[in-house]
Amino acid sequence: MTTKLFGEPVRRREDARLITGQGRYLDDIGSSAYAAAFLRSPYAHARIVDIDVTPAVDVEGLLAVYTYEDLVGPMAEPLPVLIPHPQLTSPRTGFPLAKNVVNHVGEAVVMVVATDRYVAEDALDKIVVTYEELPVVVGVDAAREAVHAVHDDVPDNVAARHHQETGDVEPALAASPHTLSFTQYFERSAAMPMEGKGVHARWDDADSSLRVYTSTQASTSVRAAIAAKLQLSLEKVEVIAPDVGGGFGVKIVHPWPEELLVPMAARLLGHEVKWSEDRREHFTSSAHERQQRQEVTVGYDDDGRITALDVHIWHDNGAYTPYGIIVPIVTATQLVGPYVIPVYRVRVESVFTNTVIVTPYRGAGRPQGCFAMERAMDRIAQERGLDRAEVRMRNLIQADQFPYDHHLTFQDGRPVVYDSGDYVGLMDKLKALVRWDSFEERRAEARARGRHLGIGMAMYVEGTGPGPYEGGHVQVLGSGKVLVSTGLTSQGQGHETVFAQLVASELGVPMEDVEVTTGDTRRFGYAVGTFASRAAVMSGNAVALAARGVKEKALRIAADVLEVDPGDLEIDEGLVQVKGTPGASIPLRTVAVLSNPLRYAFDEAAKQATQFAGPGDDSKPPVAVGDAPGLEHTDYYSPVRSTFASGAHAAVVEIDPATWEIDVVDYAVVHDCGNVVNPMIVEGQVHGGVAQGVGGALYERMAYDRDGQLQNASFMDFLMPYASEVPDVVIDHQETPSPLNPLGLKGAGEAGVIPGSAAIASAIEDAVGRRIAAMPISPTELYDLVRSDADQVSNTKTGVLA
Amino acid sequence: MTSIQTERTITVVLNGVSREATVPVRWLLSDALRHEFGLTGTHVGCEHGVCGSCTVLVDGEPTRSCLVLAVQVDGHQVTTVEGLSRPDHQGGQVLHPVQEAFRECHALQCGFCTPGFLTTIAAGLDARDPAVEITDEEVDELVGGNLCRCTGYANIKKACRHAAATMRADVATKAQDGAR
Repeated sequence: MTTKLFGEPVRRREDARLITGQGRYLDDIGSSAYAAAFLRSPYAHARIVDIDVTPAVDVEGLLAVYTYEDLVGPMAEPLPVLIPHPQLTSPRTGFPLAKNVVNHVGEAVVMVVATDRYVAEDALDKIVVTYEELPVVVGVDAAREAVHAVHDDVPDNVAARHHQETGDVEPALAASPHTLSFTQYFERSAAMPMEGKGVHARWDDADSSLRVYTSTQASTSVRAAIAAKLQLSLEKVEVIAPDVGGGFGVKIVHPWPEELLVPMAARLLGHEVKWSEDRREHFTSSAHERQQRQEVTVGYDDDGRITALDVHIWHDNGAYTPYGIIVPIVTATQLVGPYVIPVYRVRVESVFTNTVIVTPYRGAGRPQGCFAMERAMDRIAQERGLDRAEVRMRNLIQADQFPYDHHLTFQDGRPVVYDSGDYVGLMDKLKALVRWDSFEERRAEARARGRHLGIGMAMYVEGTGPGPYEGGHVQVLGSGKVLVSTGLTSQGQGHETVFAQLVASELGVPMEDVEVTTGDTRRFGYAVGTFASRAAVMSGNAVALAARGVKEKALRIAADVLEVDPGDLEIDEGLVQVKGTPGASIPLRTVAVLSNPLRYAFDEAAKQATQFAGPGDDSKPPVAVGDAPGLEHTDYYSPVRSTFASGAHAAVVEIDPATWEIDVVDYAVVHDCGNVVNPMIVEGQVHGGVAQGVGGALYERMAYDRDGQLQNASFMDFLMPYASEVPDVVIDHQETPSPLNPLGLKGAGEAGVIPGSAAIASAIEDAVGRRIAAMPISPTELYDLVRSDADQVSNTKTGVLA
Repeated sequence: MTSIQTERTITVVLNGVSREATVPVRWLLSDALRHEFGLTGTHVGCEHGVCGSCTVLVDGEPTRSCLVLAVQVDGHQVTTVEGLSRPDHQGGQVLHPVQEAFRECHALQCGFCTPGFLTTIAAGLDARDPAVEITDEEVDELVGGNLCRCTGYANIKKACRHAAATMRADVATKAQDGAR
């Protein structure tokens, strides 16, 4: 077989257009579109007293101005709570344009449409909004103390209390030989894709239909939301995700106000309208993630084995809860990692603050959970005088314990049952890769150079590929071209390549013949979206199953023609042939032609399928009962529950005691995402994830002041890593196939970012001998930490700058 | 009606071709490239000169097109990512070695920042002696000023070395051919 492509580092087919400037991102679409722009709240919490748009109306080129008063029907209702949950007792969402109150800086208040963006912003400058300022709640501690409320009718600021337990934790802690407790913080960062959000809408008046392009991770659901909010029938709305310049979670949230308002304006004005988010808008009106206060109590025995774990988390969900409590649930359930935790209780208070909403950013609560668990492991090691790797080894779930049931409920509403894994194998590989056992020699060498060297590690388990489902459609054309579509979207993960690899492998056709479309509701209407490391698992299996359906039909038709048993046939390089009998074959493209009985011929190939082309069995209908014309098949993959990938990271940091600069000099990754379709792409995902992990550990934070003003809302001040900040990453692989899906896949997209802060915090502690209680940590904070006289000093922050 | 859209006509040698356009004087070069000349390969990531996605070559020098007004390039040469490849005289295009290297080394994922890296690295490689092996310091310098959120830079650095090696092999081949 020459078409075996599964597992090969096939070069990406997306790249040809992207390296020549021929990609088609949102802002590249609709050069004649009107431009929308938004006036956004300058206050974190205020009542809108008056909006005066009259000074703007004489701006030449201004076409329309919209405020809340212009919204009708469902558009005047609050935005949807996308993922309701019984424990989300006080869900709150904003309106497409603010109604009476603004709850964070950046909330949209007025939309204008003009001939171009410059003119639109001229008009915005002239609109006068009068606000009455209200008390501001910033940071998880201020929300917890609840001196002020973000929402009048939620006086304690608690949107949800999420609670899970696997036993009676208090007696288990009381019975534990040892216990330790600590409180720590994790800061806000954000997905920060290089392309901001954007929406382009075109209304077809004659057809009363809408076509919307949006830089989204969930086109089918955006379509449903637009149809509902604009009161259009679903078939009158098409939504397409074009090339998307990165997502990392922020574009899974929907409908963003702009995804509704831009189509609304296009319909009202009868003209294309486009909005492209600028970077400042992205900082103050898209989404952030990660701030939590974590109170951890762990019980353990003399050998460092955990006996009980009690975790209480305060999670900052920002001003609204459109995405429900997914992030808190993920933290709560993924926190346990690869370890046996005999009794576990977790309580998460998800609290409102007057800041940008908090929704999943790559990792989606897992980095925080990993931080809690792994810091506990390090502390147990220190208390018991044990090696940190050894403590982890003693607590790992063993290879013969799978499937392993944690008795928790995951973000998909399904049980947290680890399907497969080899965590001891991960640890063994990691220790070898980073030369854990010979580190003291390196430390001594660095000390001789006047540097503090430290090493740290962290392990994780990641629930990937959650349902409910994805689908795939595969169709062979008479030309031999194979069309593949799936509703799930792409933001740079190489889906066109990976899905083409899978279909070419399954069907036995050259990869060049396969064309893949993702995220286009015209091609596939049923989908969930790209998030939670699910694309390869969900759509990968769906397109593979669809290809298998096509193959079965092709073999059946070819068997009739060749007068052989379908079981004796195979497809190789697009040729259906009798196994072991050269010459007895029929091209797959001919099978495709024959699959569709024709009355009319339109080209040479089609003549073969017309009604006088050859002797047929005139006792049977041309299309058999239960059959359908065409060589195509649609199938779906819907998993019973998520599949659990895993990994282990180690970081070596070198610290200069003159500047306290923290340099990550080595970074080692061992990862296990089951069977690998394209190792080149998986390694690329790991590299990118690690860079975001390093950014989250050392550089990135949202610096809100007490008034709720984001002080670093630019790339000048929000420090994303350049190449100079990202260490070289060494990677080792382990493949423990998932028994849950036909291809044995587990997700890989988010893995790289998860253990970054935990591993780097561990390494810094190891280098300087002081406890770290908040991440990220800057050189200044590290300096403050080490110069303090106290024996057990921790750095603690409240999430508020200044 | 109030308007502050004062316009001016500029002439630019854009990707080797002289082009004229009338643009508002306040327009950024990035706006003119994208919205007036239709060259949407130049991407705008931050509009404050930090990310480098919008980098183009003005008279051969990497320049952030979001920090330059369109009228400032009147009379100058501008090269965008669309202009990095060259005609092969058979109706096709020959990619710049760094474009080939990006594909070969998986140096892009979403591709949004890619044009800025390509123009910057291409200018750097074109300006150096291709016969000399590239150093790690040179690579760090070439990739160090642009932001990428997807790749973690490892494969971008790899592509940089790969392109330099290709260019080095090319001059070696040409030198051999010349010696024959």
